[in-house]
Amino acid sequence: MRELSIREALNEALEEEMRRDDRIFLMGEEVGYYDGAYKVSRGLLEKFGEKRVIDTPIAENGFAGLGVGAALAGLRPIIEFMTWNFSLIAIDQIVNHAAKARYMSAGKTTCPMVFRGPGGSVTQLSGQHSQSLESYYAHIPGIKVVMPCNSKDAKGLLKSAIRDENPVVFIESEAMYGVKSEVPDGEYLIPLGQCDIKRPGSKATLVCWSKTVPTCLAAAEQLATSGVDVEVIDVRSLRPLDEETLVKSIMKTNRAVIVQEAWPVASYGTWLASRLQEQAFDYLDAPIITISGVDCPYPYSKAIEHAMRATAEDVINAVRRVL
Amino acid sequence: MDAQQLVKLYRQMYLMRRFEEEAAKAYTERKIGGFLHLYIGQEAVATGSIAALEPQDTIYTAYRCHAHYLARGGTARAGMAELYGRKAGCAGGRGGSMHFYNVEQNFMGGWGIVGAHAPIAAGAAFASKYKGDGGVTLCYLGDGAVSIGPFHEGLCLAALWKLPVVYIVENNGYSMGTPIERTLVTADASIRALGYPMARATVEGVDVVDCFNAAKSAIDRARNESLPFLLEFKTYRYRGHSMADPGKYRTKEEVESWKERDPLKLAENRLLAFSQDYAQQIASIQEDVESEVQDAVKFAHESEDPQVKDLTQYTYIEESAPAGQVLFA
Repeated sequence: MRELSIREALNEALEEEMRRDDRIFLMGEEVGYYDGAYKVSRGLLEKFGEKRVIDTPIAENGFAGLGVGAALAGLRPIIEFMTWNFSLIAIDQIVNHAAKARYMSAGKTTCPMVFRGPGGSVTQLSGQHSQSLESYYAHIPGIKVVMPCNSKDAKGLLKSAIRDENPVVFIESEAMYGVKSEVPDGEYLIPLGQCDIKRPGSKATLVCWSKTVPTCLAAAEQLATSGVDVEVIDVRSLRPLDEETLVKSIMKTNRAVIVQEAWPVASYGTWLASRLQEQAFDYLDAPIITISGVDCPYPYSKAIEHAMRATAEDVINAVRRVL
Repeated sequence: MDAQQLVKLYRQMYLMRRFEEEAAKAYTERKIGGFLHLYIGQEAVATGSIAALEPQDTIYTAYRCHAHYLARGGTARAGMAELYGRKAGCAGGRGGSMHFYNVEQNFMGGWGIVGAHAPIAAGAAFASKYKGDGGVTLCYLGDGAVSIGPFHEGLCLAALWKLPVVYIVENNGYSMGTPIERTLVTADASIRALGYPMARATVEGVDVVDCFNAAKSAIDRARNESLPFLLEFKTYRYRGHSMADPGKYRTKEEVESWKERDPLKLAENRLLAFSQDYAQQIASIQEDVESEVQDAVKFAHESEDPQVKDLTQYTYIEESAPAGQVLFA
């Protein structure tokens, strides 16, 4: 085991997969000579050259669409969005093209590619640079959506996403790139479509992903000191979703709180609450609560921005409400 | 172009014409639903340009795609079956008129978002360059597609990275009901190329030999020098934008004047200029195509539908199982 930051773990995944399969190329703004806007691709240009690590002009729709064409022609592109906020320029290529190509051609074409980059809020980046947009992508049949929260998961999931024959939306946490944790030595993969019980427990189920995972773990630790032992489940794959693990947990704990950074309206987390109450109604002793980001754009000012995000305290209060 | 090749191209154009006319008929009989965008009048463009391709080349088109499909090895049977929504259709009944495919010959569809396939075609050209297979990509668009963002971004990248892609603008003078004077500052759409910059040409698109020559020049250059090209053909559709279009935005006189330069007529005249004996061959081609098209309609009529139980098939490939040690965390 080694301690790696999430960006280092992602970097290893990229390097290992690019060595393994020369159809893979990485394309995006500043991925090459700049070593990546967030240094996720550090050193890759040196190792693989300009043919496989490609700096682009600022043309998200153009290079995302180019990736689709390359994937349909048998290559395996990794398209980096500098942040997922900028993916909206290219959302047509992801939703109308990558997600639909195989279905519209009755299986005659495939689009094996990964769209990846950082999402979620950091601090003080204001409204256009702080969004959690996974709900837009998880809505679409034909793509997979993955959101790792730590180094081990990030590496294993990115490797699986790259090897997946479907288009995958891979949303990393911009705020957590520097967080270090244990990564196994040697080659390993983590399959898509599996939740991970980050902390087993019995009194309630906390469901979370990406940046809300550490928040829920912190809440769980504090609750444990007062004898309330909660289970924390990291969704990891939003689509395909491992409902079984979540339902099994609710069957055990009878209570669920979902914690997401995204806004509440028409969101993944609120859909998940609806879905789980449908699947596990007979086991629930309280309504499922979804904690979301406050329903307004992110402000710049340090004095108020923090209020956008749920704290461990907010999670604890929600748990107490369902107990 | 020698007479033998012209005969082949004439047959292709005649097949396109009759196929589209039969499709229109079936549409009015409600055998075909949704949208139907006919290529009648534009046959010289697809036929001439695709004739200049090699087997390793790739084609992307917009939604007015039946003719390009037929020119690139697509069968009338599978095309008509697709329009009828049958399982034996060239897209398994899941695409319909706008999404024809013949992937075995790199005819990659059939795309419905105006201009959005421009970067995708650049991606196909990128892949050819990456793999070193010497392939060229053709990307067909209408005059209405040259203002939209993805068109611009795709051509930017094609020019910057010297990709072997030829963008063919089929300028038929109208974006649906809006004449080009109301969507472009200039009469020629190819002027867009100046911005990237990219080599360009504007050519009359009614004579299949002219279309072939212009396309071949751009395609050979793309292949030999790995450079993109914006090739605009001035052409005309005799029918509306789609079957739903009553065509009130243009005059009967305008349509009739273009019909005087019908690509079929021009090709026939060229053949007869070689020798009057071609009259017989022309007649026999027409008979032959008629049987082929009627057979296709019969085939489509009698084909099986896809089944509701298979509705979600092809959404994902489930067999992607990564190799290597898998960690169940």
